[in-house]
Amino acid sequence: MLGFLLKRLGAGVVLVWVTATATFFLTNATGSDPARRIVGAQADAATVLAKRQELGLDRPVLERYWDWLTSAVHGDLGVSWFTNQPVGGTVADALPISLSLVIAAIVLTALVSVVIGVLAAVRGGWVDSALQGASILAFAVPNFLVGLLLALVFAVQLGLFPAIGYTPFAQDPGLWAASITLPAVALAIGATATVATQTRGSMIDVLGQDYVRTLRSRGLPTRSILLKHALRNAAPASLTVLSLQFIALISGAVVIEKVFGLNGIGERATSAASQGDVPVVLGVVVLTVVLVVVVNLLADLALGWLNPKVRTA
Amino acid sequence: MSLLSDGGPAAAAAPSSSVAPTAVPPRAGVARRFLRKPVAVASLVWLLLVAVLAAAAPLLTSASPTASSITDALAPFGGDSPLGTDGLGRDVLAQLLYGARTSLVGALIVVVVALVLGLPAGVLAGYYRGRFDAAASWVANLVMAQPAIIILLVVLAQFGRSTELAMLVFGVVIAPGVFRLVRASIIAVRGELYVDAARVAGLSDPRIMRRHVLPVVVAPTIIQMSQVLGIAIVLQAGLEFIGLGSANQASWGGMLNDAFAKIYAAPNLLLLPGLAIVVTVTACSLVGNGLRDVLGVGATPPVRKRSAVRAAGPVVEDARPSSGTTPAPDDALLRVEGLRVAYPKPDGGEGEVVHGVSLTIRRGEVHGLVGESGSGKSQTAFAVLGLLPPQAHTSATTLTFDGGDLRGISRRGMNQLRGWRIGYIPQEPMSNLDPSFRIGSQLTEPMRHHLGLSKADAKAKAVQLLDRVGIVDPARVFDSYPHQISGGMAQRVLIAGALSCDPDLLIADEPTTALDVTVQAEVLDLMRDLQAERDLGVLLVTHDFGVVADLCDTVTVMRAGEVVESAPAAQLFADPQHDYTRSLLAATLEGGPARAALTTPAGGTR
Repeated sequence: MLGFLLKRLGAGVVLVWVTATATFFLTNATGSDPARRIVGAQADAATVLAKRQELGLDRPVLERYWDWLTSAVHGDLGVSWFTNQPVGGTVADALPISLSLVIAAIVLTALVSVVIGVLAAVRGGWVDSALQGASILAFAVPNFLVGLLLALVFAVQLGLFPAIGYTPFAQDPGLWAASITLPAVALAIGATATVATQTRGSMIDVLGQDYVRTLRSRGLPTRSILLKHALRNAAPASLTVLSLQFIALISGAVVIEKVFGLNGIGERATSAASQGDVPVVLGVVVLTVVLVVVVNLLADLALGWLNPKVRTA
Repeated sequence: MSLLSDGGPAAAAAPSSSVAPTAVPPRAGVARRFLRKPVAVASLVWLLLVAVLAAAAPLLTSASPTASSITDALAPFGGDSPLGTDGLGRDVLAQLLYGARTSLVGALIVVVVALVLGLPAGVLAGYYRGRFDAAASWVANLVMAQPAIIILLVVLAQFGRSTELAMLVFGVVIAPGVFRLVRASIIAVRGELYVDAARVAGLSDPRIMRRHVLPVVVAPTIIQMSQVLGIAIVLQAGLEFIGLGSANQASWGGMLNDAFAKIYAAPNLLLLPGLAIVVTVTACSLVGNGLRDVLGVGATPPVRKRSAVRAAGPVVEDARPSSGTTPAPDDALLRVEGLRVAYPKPDGGEGEVVHGVSLTIRRGEVHGLVGESGSGKSQTAFAVLGLLPPQAHTSATTLTFDGGDLRGISRRGMNQLRGWRIGYIPQEPMSNLDPSFRIGSQLTEPMRHHLGLSKADAKAKAVQLLDRVGIVDPARVFDSYPHQISGGMAQRVLIAGALSCDPDLLIADEPTTALDVTVQAEVLDLMRDLQAERDLGVLLVTHDFGVVADLCDTVTVMRAGEVVESAPAAQLFADPQHDYTRSLLAATLEGGPARAALTTPAGGTR
């Protein structure tokens, strides 16, 4: 188990490095002259040259890469070309907002989809048809549109939640919860449809297994067979899909943050991308990939714990 | 919003397990069956309509989708602009039509790029495996670990805002999904015997691929592409919504962006572009689902009936409702008369597989139920246990256990008998233990439930039982998981489980068929000893007359769902009445030196 985790950790480090390197060369070795972009089209050549020297862009790209990589390993992601703020700080300030959102969404997804998936598999009939229909719709409605509608109804019309903005948890847990409820729900709906469909499928699969019939032959109560034995055996497949959904949720959060005026990672990434602020873009990429690696490791841990063949190996 | 190919309704079906190589029917039949699905056809018509409207946009409106005019902002329906204007005075109808162009062209770019990259790579990796597979899978996993939108942001930051570029890159991002599906489909079919046979027959690789391998890939890939179209339209709208689409190009996502800016002044601007996206993407999904149904690939079908564990109502129906007379009480432990089992057929009728079977088992009697595969012997055994699938329709004129009527018994009542007074030994040892729980927990759970034993008492009894069924190190096996023990041990564990609550009747469904010959003999010896020790009534389902001769007092021979002969074992072996019994016996004798019991009739010692 430990060896397996170390291997996965190693693969994660490689993933972060490859992604960071690819992004670095994509953003530093191609495209238009960033110095010109920053100082503007009207500036004279001397200003552009000065800017280029200031940003260190006159040095060979390999040298710049090595500097960036060694600082990044020590936790220094450089300085924004536009604001001169350290990238690490800029990104770290935005992180709690996006993490609150994504974690709330993933918890919602996990809880709701297990209930719906199990019900659909076990009861069949209208619950199952409703899940099938809802999953098609949830797939078709962009989550930012769901967010807009939620904001219109629950924030603007009913005034139950703030329409925009974020309150840090430390400042007021109640307001924090209120500020992330609507965006988290908007984000969770699509993921819930996917994970619930998976849970339904794997529950149906497991309930058709020989050992379920044998458990029934032992006269065990239905509750134990369903919620202890069947759900436990269906869980790994759902968990795998849930961990993949985490990646989709990060993507979704980038768009949702705009709807609810949250200054999270997505907002930083979008504005940095439209300005061409390469150090910030790089910082966001590294941070999200690290997040993905951490979540995958957690999922591996949980899967290993669920699967005795891995645990006892 | 699902931004990865793993998202969406299609994700439920694991590609490797869902692909049936024989499920590719002739093309003409596919088209005809698709046309019989109104929802799928309507969806396809909608998609075609959107495509036609998008192509004909310049003919349908003279307005420019991008020309803004502050004086005309937020114009109502009618007049120069039939659907009004947006916050910048742009014509809504023109934006919708030209936006459809942007959406469809973008989605097509994604599909083409994903196919061009994913399909050949998947075919090569799946068919040849080896280094190329390892490398391609590594790259695929690498790409799939990235949030799609972050990759897009990087590219757009570098090369400027462009919807077409974004969709091109998204095609690359989604290609691993295609790669994986194709690869898994090919690996599944490559292991099939007919592909091996083609290879042995000396067919060339390209020929095998064209004839046997590629057809398997086509159906799942087409279905996946219908999902990808939808995903691409949604993602594109998201990019445009956050302002990263092409400048000066009408788009549905851009319209939503404008509506968002005017959300207090004119929330109705959300309606048309929102509907356009939702209806179009839904249509993509529904066309995909229709294709999946027609091609017979993919997701689990809807659950119409409650699953077996939840099935409500009586397990077995009374086939003689008016009689009301129960047979005179006697020493019969299990009495079955006129048992019928039927399954619904697709045409709405019922197909009966067990036609009025009767048998009686007394306390201490071992009753063999013999027949070839499909004779209905296992169906009979499961009907008695109430373990048939929920769609099975079971009825009987008499079905009593120890004098109590089992017809119409509640689920709870049946659960009181099962495991406690009726034990069950399955056929296949390895698939009948829950892989996620330790042997000990699986043995003690019924004992704690039925007998109310404490954890410690249940453990003591379980270890004792494991010892009794001949397991050498019972304490270690108690703490093991099913994958850590052998098949023979697993069958002993299952026998221990069947006996754990001291039942009166044991129902064993081919308990030795899946075991090695030497282990078979040991398990039969064990069953004989336990039966004698506990004076058990046993219903032993088997196709093996050697086993019958070894264990049984009475034999019932079944064929095609009917009892052809029932007699004491000695009598049946000495003087079979029915031709079918004779031919079965002859087959056993020709099968080699089965058990010597045939020459010294088994009844003699028992």
